Amino acid sequence: MDALADFLRVYQTTVGVIGINALLALSVWLTLYAGQLTLGNAAFMAIGAYGSALLGMRMGVPFPLGLTLGALLAAALALPLGLAVFRLRGVYLAIATIGFGEVLRVVLLTVPFTGKALGLNGIPAITELWHIYLSLAVVAYVLWRVQGSTVGRAWAAIREDEIAAASQGIAIRRYKLAAFVAGAAIAAWAGGLSAHLNFSIEPGDFGFTRAVQILVFAVVGGTPSVAGPIVGATLLTALPEVLRPLKEYRDIFAGLILMGVIIYLPRGLVTLAELRKTRRLQEIGVADVA
Amino acid sequence: MLLECSGISKRFGGVHAVAEVDLAIAPQQVFGLIGPNGAGKTTLVNLISGHLRVDSGAIRFAGADVTGLAPHTLTARGIARTFQGVRLFKGLTALENVLVGGHARMHSDALRRLWPRGASDRSDRERAVQLLERLGLSRPDALAGGLAYGDQRRLEIARALASDPRLLILDEPAAGMNPAESARLRELMRALVTEGLTIVLIEHDVRLVMGTCERVAVLNFGRKIAEGTPPEIQASPAVREAYLGSEYAA
Amino acid sequence: MAEQLYNAIFVGSIYALFAVGFALVFSVLDILNLAHPVVFMLGAFVALFFMSTFGLPAALAAVAAFAVTGMFGIFLDRVAFAPLRRRGAPPLSAMISSLGFAIVVIRLMELRYGPDLVSYPAGSLPQTVLQIGDARLDGLRLLIIGLAIVLMVGLTYVVRATQLGRDIRALAENPRAARLLGVDVDRAIAATFFISSGLGGVAGALLGFAYNAIYPQMGTPYELKAFTVMVVGGMGSLPGAVLGAYILGIGEIAALVFLPAELAELRDALAFGLLFLVLVIRPRGLLGHRVADRA
Ligand SMILES: Nc1ncnc2c1ncn2[C@@H]1O[C@H](COP(=O)(O)OP(=O)(O)OP(=O)(O)O)[C@@H](O)[C@H]1O
Ligand SMILES: [Mg+2]
Repeated sequence: MDALADFLRVYQTTVGVIGINALLALSVWLTLYAGQLTLGNAAFMAIGAYGSALLGMRMGVPFPLGLTLGALLAAALALPLGLAVFRLRGVYLAIATIGFGEVLRVVLLTVPFTGKALGLNGIPAITELWHIYLSLAVVAYVLWRVQGSTVGRAWAAIREDEIAAASQGIAIRRYKLAAFVAGAAIAAWAGGLSAHLNFSIEPGDFGFTRAVQILVFAVVGGTPSVAGPIVGATLLTALPEVLRPLKEYRDIFAGLILMGVIIYLPRGLVTLAELRKTRRLQEIGVADVA
Repeated sequence: MLLECSGISKRFGGVHAVAEVDLAIAPQQVFGLIGPNGAGKTTLVNLISGHLRVDSGAIRFAGADVTGLAPHTLTARGIARTFQGVRLFKGLTALENVLVGGHARMHSDALRRLWPRGASDRSDRERAVQLLERLGLSRPDALAGGLAYGDQRRLEIARALASDPRLLILDEPAAGMNPAESARLRELMRALVTEGLTIVLIEHDVRLVMGTCERVAVLNFGRKIAEGTPPEIQASPAVREAYLGSEYAA
Repeated sequence: MAEQLYNAIFVGSIYALFAVGFALVFSVLDILNLAHPVVFMLGAFVALFFMSTFGLPAALAAVAAFAVTGMFGIFLDRVAFAPLRRRGAPPLSAMISSLGFAIVVIRLMELRYGPDLVSYPAGSLPQTVLQIGDARLDGLRLLIIGLAIVLMVGLTYVVRATQLGRDIRALAENPRAARLLGVDVDRAIAATFFISSGLGGVAGALLGFAYNAIYPQMGTPYELKAFTVMVVGGMGSLPGAVLGAYILGIGEIAALVFLPAELAELRDALAFGLLFLVLVIRPRGLLGHRVADRA
């Protein structure tokens, strides 16, 4: 028990960041599971981070309420955005959501209210590890249940074949939107938690790099199940610590792992446990995400 | 009439894929739709199932105007279909495919289904397994994409039946089946009709059509050139010329 | 004013060279090559290497950059894309694979050159100033604009009028049919990557010459700009990419000139706002002819 306490003391930040990254990975997993590649979740994270921090610092809104309002704000923005962009598919959808993220980032850079390039500093460090891990547990559990439900199957069907899915009575647009909006809310919640873990935030934290990083967590971990994004976020966040002996070579290893996974384990690390099924899927030609 | 199309048309650029087609299909029968390649049969199906919008004309189903409704709405109203090129959810198992096919039936129950709990979930699965068995598919946990071609065709029919449709449209279901399989398909269609279903059968295998259907309509270059009972169709000179001619002449 | 327009055309030319290569790979193979910025950066460093080690003049170093990055493009394809193509993986996989590749190369370059700005050897770049009226124009940039235009005309010629170009277009239209028609598909793919990466490399070298400051991450901002350029012009359309590039170049400089200083940051939002609007209103862009649901 003491050993655990020591470990947590030393690695408190890393452990917190792992949980937040796992939440973010789950947020993008939702849309990936429905076959939609979106890269807007860094922006929704920013909305949650700035929203909850500003509400707390400027208006004294209590932390849980601030988090909730941030998530609701992101969801409210995601709805019209999704209506506009979900006519697009594949890389077009990805690029459109990148465009949205960059516009938001530049706006944050320009508006005095959000502190421009300096961002917000002195955000009270309210987030405790148990906040993060309770959120993660709840989100993962709910998503796991939903995955096995009619709704989860509808998402999978849309991913496999949209036209056939429509023929089974699935309202494609509505299901895609639901995944997108729910993902936005989760990302914003994670953003709020991370803002109050880190003391300061700035627009650069939520750019293209961040969006890609979130996607990479989910893809490397694996998209077939809820466990995938959590595994991916944990490994890749901990990797720099684990690879510390490799020093400056560790990013190179991260890049190689990314390539290796997408080429040899297209459904992610979690499928290591079911290699035969993955092989089979590869033969059929449906092993890949999105 | 269960399904009524009045004067429906669809163009693709210069091609009149479906032109002014009138169709009235009474319930509880197998209705055949034949015609040479490119005659517009699949396009007509896409118009009826909502995957394409008509340029003009109207479609009524079960007494209500359904022109321009989305595919998922039409499925909920009772129109199910299969695809000429087989469009299964390849990465899902046979059982999951059939469960998805039941979506229209289940989603009214959204809250409970969002949170699957023992009993209702189990009865869905049992029903799905029964459907698979009825179609002669014994491996519910096999990946759909890995099934033999004939099995994939039958799985698609099982998936379509899972929505409890009133009208089932089969686009060349016997393609790739051996004679024994297509004989079983014929029996299945007859049995389904006795249970109250209405079937639209598109098929190139003339013998299967003539031996299964109560009525047959013939399309050529997007137009309906004949309609009647199988003997009437076989006797029609226009049909002979347009369609049967090419096969019987040889 | 003339100076600003001149700069706009210069910036547009670099965007165009960068985006044309990006668009070429996308139009032929449906791949969004996230390693293209790396090739761009490598071009600048290859030129540096030839100039400082062998004392090559800048013009020859640019040629060397073209050849070396072109070969590097073929290598990139073999490593990051060919395995995925063999199993028919979707575009997202290729995107992620190229991203991993890019991370590796950028870090390797940072290990070798450090993350900071590097300059070309003193006196190795021509420094002339053209005085036209009261506008002072950098002569080097004029050369670069000219060269960019020559390269793009050359690309158009290759794609439109040579056998290789016909093969590449057949491949873009339908790989299976191309193979049946006797097109050497592997060769056409290699050529596509050679041309795409060669152009990207030259663009990097030229930009390096113009600013005389290069660094391993220098390609990254251009990547996002290239998305805008391609989308505005029409995904996969080469003339569209060129048109989009100049529109963006001129738009950015115009924003710089006309927007008040405190809103200058909004200049970048302009590009991405444009990107977003075009995608929502007219997904096929200005010159794109296919519908948006390709991918
Ligand atoms: N999406 C489309 N775009 C353009 N033309 C189309 C499209 N779909 C069908 N067509 C054209 O419309 C005509 C009718 O095609 P359709 O597929 O409906 O024929 P069919 O009777 O089903 O033929 P088959 O027996 O070969 O299945 C053909 O000329 C076809 O080329
Ligand atoms: Mg057809």
